[in-house]
Amino acid sequence: MTDDPLAGASTAATAATGAAQGSPPPAASIEARFAVDYAGFRLDVDLRLPGRGVTALFGHSGSGKTTLLRCVAGLESAARGRLVVNGECWQDDARGILVPTHRRALGYVFQEASLFPHLSVRRNLEFGLRRIAAAARRVQLEQAVALLGIEALLERMPERLSGGERQRVGMARALLTSPRILLMDEPLAALDHKRKQEILPYLERLHDELDIPVLYVSHSPDEVVRLADHVVMLGGGKVMAAGELHATMARLDLPTAFTEDAGVVVDGTVAAHDDHDHLTRLDFAGGAVWVQRQPVALGRRLRFRIHARDVSLADHRVEGTSILNLIEVTVTEVVGADSPAHVLVGLDAGGTALIARITRRSSAQLALRPGRRMWAQIKSVALLG
Amino acid sequence: MPSLTSADWSAVRLTLELAAVSTAILLLVGTPIAWWLARTGSRWKGVVGAVVALPLVLPPTVIGFYLLVAMGPDGLLGRLTAALGLGLLPFSFAGLVVGSVIYSLPFVVQPLANAFEAIGRRPLEVAATLRAGPVDTFFTVVLPLARPGFVTATILGFAHTVGEFGVVLMIGGNIPDKTRVVSVAIYDHVEALEYAQAHWLAGGMLAFSFVVLLVLYGRRRGNAGAGVG
Repeated sequence: MTDDPLAGASTAATAATGAAQGSPPPAASIEARFAVDYAGFRLDVDLRLPGRGVTALFGHSGSGKTTLLRCVAGLESAARGRLVVNGECWQDDARGILVPTHRRALGYVFQEASLFPHLSVRRNLEFGLRRIAAAARRVQLEQAVALLGIEALLERMPERLSGGERQRVGMARALLTSPRILLMDEPLAALDHKRKQEILPYLERLHDELDIPVLYVSHSPDEVVRLADHVVMLGGGKVMAAGELHATMARLDLPTAFTEDAGVVVDGTVAAHDDHDHLTRLDFAGGAVWVQRQPVALGRRLRFRIHARDVSLADHRVEGTSILNLIEVTVTEVVGADSPAHVLVGLDAGGTALIARITRRSSAQLALRPGRRMWAQIKSVALLG
Repeated sequence: MPSLTSADWSAVRLTLELAAVSTAILLLVGTPIAWWLARTGSRWKGVVGAVVALPLVLPPTVIGFYLLVAMGPDGLLGRLTAALGLGLLPFSFAGLVVGSVIYSLPFVVQPLANAFEAIGRRPLEVAATLRAGPVDTFFTVVLPLARPGFVTATILGFAHTVGEFGVVLMIGGNIPDKTRVVSVAIYDHVEALEYAQAHWLAGGMLAFSFVVLLVLYGRRRGNAGAGVG
């Protein structure tokens, strides 16, 4: 599997920003090895995660993603293993080390904001802030309040907030403990679509403006591809795949549960606007796609997703087609898909990986094999904000 | 129509004193027991819960009898208090306090345990992720959230102690100014056919109990709308 060069570039960019802010050395990482046994469920993971950026813990319900997050927070008393977060050992059963949750420099955002009902928004925010030494405060109250846009809510009681507002207060409250790692347990799961759209921009701001590694639990592929830099796919308490987002999403060997929604994530640059046809061109390594006109300045980065089911293949450049986006690609791999009638075809578009989901019959007729040059016809592109 | 005699007033004062002291001790003793009952996964939970609830079903005379024996010169408690130079507890105010605490324990522990259980684990976990240690969490999160439970426990503990009769009679006897509480005074008046005085005291008790329960139930109804947030 080839690495996405754009992904490399973006990692380098993050690293450069980090260095400019005098952040931890590049070795920053999270080592998590946990075993938890419950009746009918076993979590068994051994992970080394990047100590910066957003890492999504992704999987269906019952996959163990929330349990893993709770293990990192020290909230699962039955968890055995070892946990080192950016050089700080929080748990090592072999050495008898177990730092209790309240002595771990972490922020935790729960699924239902779980604000203290007896305290106003301001007192909720101050709860954690007051409990850390003044010298250790790297996030100020005003800063967190502005970042999450909750200035107007400070004197209200939690019962008088909407679900989305509560969740934003919960995030600000977690940030105000100046955590070395932010743990988020499906912070959007309890919200309807509109509220989700209301919060996502704030989450992206967290990502862009704060240099705090985030572990983000989600069962929604959309959230994962929109927010994450890295992804850990969990299933049945085990790690199915883990790695950089673009590379991991482009893998063809993931378990069936993930292939039905297979597709790649690409970071494109806004390269041109066509005001006549109301289109915007997004360039990426090895190609470009036209999408509906976006109100975004030239040069801005936009992340988008191309679902495997939206990519078809032809052995020549098809003329007279309504499909706008045609990209020349090289076949890298052909594997079985979730249904016996289909195959997944790994493609290399000059440095960017694509996946096509086509029928087994078409694959045979086109004699697809690694190295074959083809034209990918992209029926639709899903923009991720 | 004769109203309360000074002996009657003395009984009223003693009753209130006994109830106040007992309630204070009940809250101190009952809170950790209730907390343990609400949080533990121990197999002793059932046993401890049953022991705490025993006064609900036992005749007060049974509790009084065992306390009398235990606090007597040959009882475990009696030897302990004697060795500590406190003398013997039966027929003393201190003895009544011990009896009241045991007798009213379920009325304090159960509302508290219910309140603690209703809080659930989540606020405790949230507090821990916000750097609050267990003691800190108890005072800044658990106590405020369990406040309705504490109000109920205080009212019930106090009222139930005021209404105590059998245990008092068994271990406290009927010593004016020392152990004669209102319920015993009523019994005395009735025995002596002083119905008018019995009416004053009994009517007072009835009014007191009614007002207490009215406050309790009125409060519950008022709170129902507020929910747990």
